[in-house]
Amino acid sequence: MKKILVLSVISILCFTACGEDLDDNQILNVQPSFKFTHNWNGQSVTNSDFNLIQYTTENGELLSIERLRYLISNITFTTATGENLVLDQHNLVDITNNNGLSFSPIGFIPVGNYSNVSFTFGLDNEANAENYIDLNSESFNVPDMLGGGYHYMQFDGKFINSNSDEQGFNFHAIRAVDNPGANPTFPQDTFFTVNLGAITVTSDIEIEVKANLAEWFKNPNVWDLNTLNQMLMPNSSAQIMMYENGQTVFTLGDVTP
Amino acid sequence: MNCSNEDLGYEPTPIDLEIPQLFSDNILAPIIPNNNPLTIEGVALGKKLFFDKILSEDQTQSCASCHSPQNAFTDNTPTSAGVDGVFGTRNSMPLFNLAWNYNERFTWDGKELSLELQAEEPVQNPIELHSDWNDVVQKLQNHPEYPELFRRAFKTSSITKVLTARAIAQFERTLISANSKFDKYSLGQTQLTAQELNGLDVFLSEDKGDCFHCHGNPNNPLWTDNEFHNNGLDATFTDLGLGAVTGDPSDNGKFKTPSLRNLAYTAPYMHDGRFSTLDEVIDHYSEGLQNSSTIDPLMKKVDEGGVQLTNEEKANLKAFLLTLSDPSFINNSEFMN
Repeated sequence: MKKILVLSVISILCFTACGEDLDDNQILNVQPSFKFTHNWNGQSVTNSDFNLIQYTTENGELLSIERLRYLISNITFTTATGENLVLDQHNLVDITNNNGLSFSPIGFIPVGNYSNVSFTFGLDNEANAENYIDLNSESFNVPDMLGGGYHYMQFDGKFINSNSDEQGFNFHAIRAVDNPGANPTFPQDTFFTVNLGAITVTSDIEIEVKANLAEWFKNPNVWDLNTLNQMLMPNSSAQIMMYENGQTVFTLGDVTP
Repeated sequence: MNCSNEDLGYEPTPIDLEIPQLFSDNILAPIIPNNNPLTIEGVALGKKLFFDKILSEDQTQSCASCHSPQNAFTDNTPTSAGVDGVFGTRNSMPLFNLAWNYNERFTWDGKELSLELQAEEPVQNPIELHSDWNDVVQKLQNHPEYPELFRRAFKTSSITKVLTARAIAQFERTLISANSKFDKYSLGQTQLTAQELNGLDVFLSEDKGDCFHCHGNPNNPLWTDNEFHNNGLDATFTDLGLGAVTGDPSDNGKFKTPSLRNLAYTAPYMHDGRFSTLDEVIDHYSEGLQNSSTIDPLMKKVDEGGVQLTNEEKANLKAFLLTLSDPSFINNSEFMN
């Protein structure tokens, strides 16, 4: 209901702006876009850096990235008066294939000062129960026996294990689930809201979202890839640790007109 | 009177692909190039060309020689002999649901960046049809029927390599398979046996088969991610696969994920046809994995050789996989000569 109300507000504002000549009292609506950049403790990460074991986790393991894609949704601009303007769409950020790194959600927001910009990492439970043909086409689904819906993230690569051998890891974030099967249960939600902070919007803007990938393995849970590397989807404890570590991954970068 | 003239008010008849409900409900629309829309005449021409040995050097082979309808448009040998009797190094790929290959990379190594370009290649490949396109075009041009068929399909009777490939691609896009037992189960029209359902569990369990990360799931009726993976076939590579195309060593040993549809008709398996049976394929993932620098991290328990399925789990998985085969596809008269 909240989303419908908010979208209606946006639509009215948009209609007003488009349908009349602007004057001093006119609210100007602009289109925000998002740019997703990635780093490892400040060192830029793009797909050209993939497949090379070169990153060191907080626990001291060296790893490579071979595949990385994650889902964001529910972009929300909070006005100074506390009103939430929600752009109810999702975007699959696929670093491997350089898709979704720039995202211009369909919708406009009024110029002004916003106390916060936020998005959901993954999908909230309501959205996660929907059927998305774009995500199905990407085979981003979670099997029904594991609660269904979609991955929040697929982060695959290799690390040097305690035997000094290369070993694969699949750091896949989903909705934490117990009792896989016909009647799975959900110990806690593992999607989360990323608050980027306040921004001022005066024109069409591009908002950089920076992701420090090292944080997934660092804070507050120092991740030991020797013990947690594969088959993490049915491991609700691991999912909750990912949820906890994910809180500090994303920060606001440059905001440019 | 107008038959000998070009483009005198004649328009090919546009047609839409008959998209199965499971596809329209669950995945993005098929890719139809703007410069090669489907028409009744184009598809008919493409079908005729697909089965016509005129495309080969000595008129002994057609596309269908290695892509037989009875085998879901592959053949039943590990690799295929061309017109000169020389065998290639790759297994003939089955052909179906090609319009849903969203990344538009075709063949085992992804070297062909459209279906049209793919259709051009075997004609001149010396170990396949071993023709010269100029000769083929001339033969088609001199043929009593083809100039008129091209005129109907493309509004010109001046035959070219590009138009020939476009027609074949049009026909290939109509090869849709979506009527397997599992499709009917998904539509609520039939039930799976307990063994088949248990096999689906093995397929979808990350700590058992974990097949779904590459081969999709019931929400993606393609049963492939259409991506390229090193699935642990070899410790050292005699065929670099995608790596030979991209030049990137990290792509060495990667091959396209084949769809799991129609496995009952498409043996032998893998890019080189090394596995004669589905049992051998399942054994490979269970205990036969070979480690290498580019093995996909989705391959589990590589140090143990694989996911270590029990015999019962293997049997269940096989039973499920066979529910993805579609007898109506291989018996569809629309797809036969």
